[in-house]
Amino acid sequence: MTTALAAARTPGRSGAWLVALPVALFIGVLLLWPVATVLHAALADGRGGLTLVHLRAFFSLSIMREAFVNSLVVALGAVALASAIAVPLAYLTARFAFRGAALVQTLGVLPLIMPPFVGAVAMQLLFGRNGSVNLLLNDAFGIRIPFMEGLYGVIFVEGLHYFPFILLNLVASMRNIDGAMEEAAQNLGSHGFRLFRRVVFPLALPGFVAGASLVFVKVFDDLGTPLVLNVTNMLAPQAYLRITSVGLEDPVGYVIAMIMVVFSILALWVSARITQGRDFATLSRGGAATRRRPLAGWRAFAAYAWVLLVLALVLSPHLGILLMSVSRVWSFSVLPEGYTLAHYAVVLTDSAGMIGNTLLYCSLAALIDVVLGVAIAWLLLRTALPGRRWLDWGASAALAIPGIVLAIGYLRAFRGVELPFGWGAFTASWLAIMLAYAVRRLPYAVRACVAALEQVHASLEEAAQSLGANRWRTVRRIVVPLMAGGILAGFVTSFITAAVELSATILLVTRESQAPLSYGIYLYNQSIATRGPAAALGVIAVAIVALGTFLSHRLLERRSAAMSSAET
Amino acid sequence: MTPAPAAAGISIEGVTLSYGAEVVLRDISLAVAPGEFFALLGPSGSGKSTLLRLVAGFVRSQAGRVLIGGADVATLPPWKRDVGMVFQNYALWPHLSVAQNVAFGLEERRWPRARIDARVREMLELVGLSAFAARRPGQLSGGQQQRVAIARTLAIEPRVLLLDEPLSNLDAKLRASTGLELKRLQRRLGVTTVFVTHDQQEAMTIADRLAVLDHGVIQQAGTPRELYDAPVNRFVAEFVGSINLYRGRVERADAGLRRLVVADLGAGAIPAGRVDARLADAAGEALIAFRPHAVRRADSAPDGGLCFEAEIAAAEFLGEFVRYELRAGALRVTADLPHARHQGALAAGGRARFAVPPEEIIVLAVD
Repeated sequence: MTTALAAARTPGRSGAWLVALPVALFIGVLLLWPVATVLHAALADGRGGLTLVHLRAFFSLSIMREAFVNSLVVALGAVALASAIAVPLAYLTARFAFRGAALVQTLGVLPLIMPPFVGAVAMQLLFGRNGSVNLLLNDAFGIRIPFMEGLYGVIFVEGLHYFPFILLNLVASMRNIDGAMEEAAQNLGSHGFRLFRRVVFPLALPGFVAGASLVFVKVFDDLGTPLVLNVTNMLAPQAYLRITSVGLEDPVGYVIAMIMVVFSILALWVSARITQGRDFATLSRGGAATRRRPLAGWRAFAAYAWVLLVLALVLSPHLGILLMSVSRVWSFSVLPEGYTLAHYAVVLTDSAGMIGNTLLYCSLAALIDVVLGVAIAWLLLRTALPGRRWLDWGASAALAIPGIVLAIGYLRAFRGVELPFGWGAFTASWLAIMLAYAVRRLPYAVRACVAALEQVHASLEEAAQSLGANRWRTVRRIVVPLMAGGILAGFVTSFITAAVELSATILLVTRESQAPLSYGIYLYNQSIATRGPAAALGVIAVAIVALGTFLSHRLLERRSAAMSSAET
Repeated sequence: MTPAPAAAGISIEGVTLSYGAEVVLRDISLAVAPGEFFALLGPSGSGKSTLLRLVAGFVRSQAGRVLIGGADVATLPPWKRDVGMVFQNYALWPHLSVAQNVAFGLEERRWPRARIDARVREMLELVGLSAFAARRPGQLSGGQQQRVAIARTLAIEPRVLLLDEPLSNLDAKLRASTGLELKRLQRRLGVTTVFVTHDQQEAMTIADRLAVLDHGVIQQAGTPRELYDAPVNRFVAEFVGSINLYRGRVERADAGLRRLVVADLGAGAIPAGRVDARLADAAGEALIAFRPHAVRRADSAPDGGLCFEAEIAAAEFLGEFVRYELRAGALRVTADLPHARHQGALAAGGRARFAVPPEEIIVLAVD
């Protein structure tokens, strides 16, 4: 085994360098350099030195201080709301034999399918001042709940969208807790909520923190939702407004971008510290997972009621846009007043180009991602190239860079870069959008490819080489086919998440003819008259994403079935 | 040291427990006296751990009852039983320090802080870990972790102490000394203790009494000596200590005597009262057994004993005795002969005559 790995790790150096160089160039030029220019612009004094003047200027503006506080409040509020939903659900799923468990698990894919900004307007119609729920509440009890007022609206929409990140991580870590850990506590007199608070939750904390930090970063960086809800006194919308109205020379925009990067990195760092530095109470010698307890009586009733309530809330934006997309008029009423398919007709004639753009940009971006992903996986696992870990880290760093920061970086770093063949400025072309997608979604593809290659034993490659295949042919004929499942998974994840990307898109789109779907949804949502088409476009986006997910699942299942039957 | 709490006995009456179609415990009845150190011995899958978990309240039986201190505990959840359990992997919580682990049960009982602190100090002193109070469990050795687990359990002054394979996660070296230490501690505190193990030597050396389980059934319960000297069936005979066991015949001889015949080992005779009751009257097939140390070097048997000639196939010198592998006809016999200085060993390949005195012969029914 060790000799096999050693042999597999020593292909000629030059080959590894040839692969590593373009990968490093891609990451360096399209991720690190633009971000560095943003940070530099925030800290440069204009004479080649560094200064904190801009930072001080930022905090001297009351609107910026307010935006900063609001962004923190919204991010923390969304984490709190998401936790309030996810923690009871996680406990139910992990500890009780309960039929809703499978349903709860599938909730996890929803935020991947539809980003919060798409459903935000629908949420306003359902939960706003004069939305369905408040109309009903007002009729019945004479009260209105300000779900969607200002910051509450952002918190409500984001928390509802991102709670599955906490749910899935928490369930995974609860399932891993050795059953004896809880039994020991019961044996010493603990039960019920005290047992949860003193033993179960602290032991599952790494999972919770991993999920919570992800939610924090997503919400802190989100541009689309506040814009669609018309909440502009937050950091991301402020950055967008500064850059688009004041211009690229305004240092305050860069300071905002820097603050966003710092908080993203901070949140991910905290999560990494807590997850790694912890002595896990996972299943060990003689350990057994906790037996799931049956639920009966009023507890079962309460559990189902909770799950159904959450389900209704979670699906409301999806149902909402579906309703909006077929409604003739819908305002000041619980349900639309008439139904029509006209919005789809509008969208399919006016915005067919946008749909095509999305398919084109996302396919190309996902293709770049899996090619780079395979290259990085190969360098990481099959070569001894010095510094190969840095490529992995470099690619993963994209996770901590908000889309709007990357876009600002492109606008600044590639200012004045002209494309050949008279295609015009790079930052005004669709190439910039596509490459930004590729950079932002690269971490997903890298993880999928590394995981896939880890499962291909090096001896399979050696067998091919001993039969006369050279390195390149071995990779092409053996490694890539065996990794196909992982590559496909990486491609699909990159594709579907890019298809609903808005925060980089919104700054990089210069002409409507080049705009992708996500931009169209945002644009149509700007005026009340075109909200119907916006919803129709949202439904189409969700359909594309859902179809992609479904097809890739089917393909992967068939493949793994074929592979395992070949083995036996 | 606080005075020992009034020790409670455990009584298990007609317990049957199954998971779906799989019957784990079958009509178990057992009584553990107050203050007794009792061992549940059995191979893995015999149901011994399940029985322990039943007493702790983690599983429920379909039939029968469990009484602790004379009271039925069926309606009591684990957290109300006052039954302390030490888990096989100790189950120390990694997010709490050693002292916090020990304090846990007391906090659940809402003791005042000062009393908790004093009790934690006392418990850590008891197990010799006072210096480690602030450490995390992960920073301790396996033996130390076990002592923390014991301190944590004893802190609540349980009416009954349950130990699930307490020595299995320790090195061989630590095992013997820890076992003795456990026994000393139990004597000092006088707490009723049930201890699960698959290691018969562990059970024999530590427990006052033990029960041997197999396939969810108690095969035999008694003192270590009773089980060793008078096993009631083949499983117990073979599980407790090593033994030579053969198929043979029992026949009626003179009044009050039974004649035994084992092909290749000769014939013997023992009082009818020492033959398994199921064989007492009829003549027929039986299992005839004796321990290796019951074999003597002798040219003729004492009255009624077995006597046979055998080839010495192998000899293993173990210090206080020599273990011989003998071949008597088609049978293999293990014989432990005491060793003394200046006494030559029997050479492998040679032949000699051996005998087994009648009082060492065990006769069992064929299962």
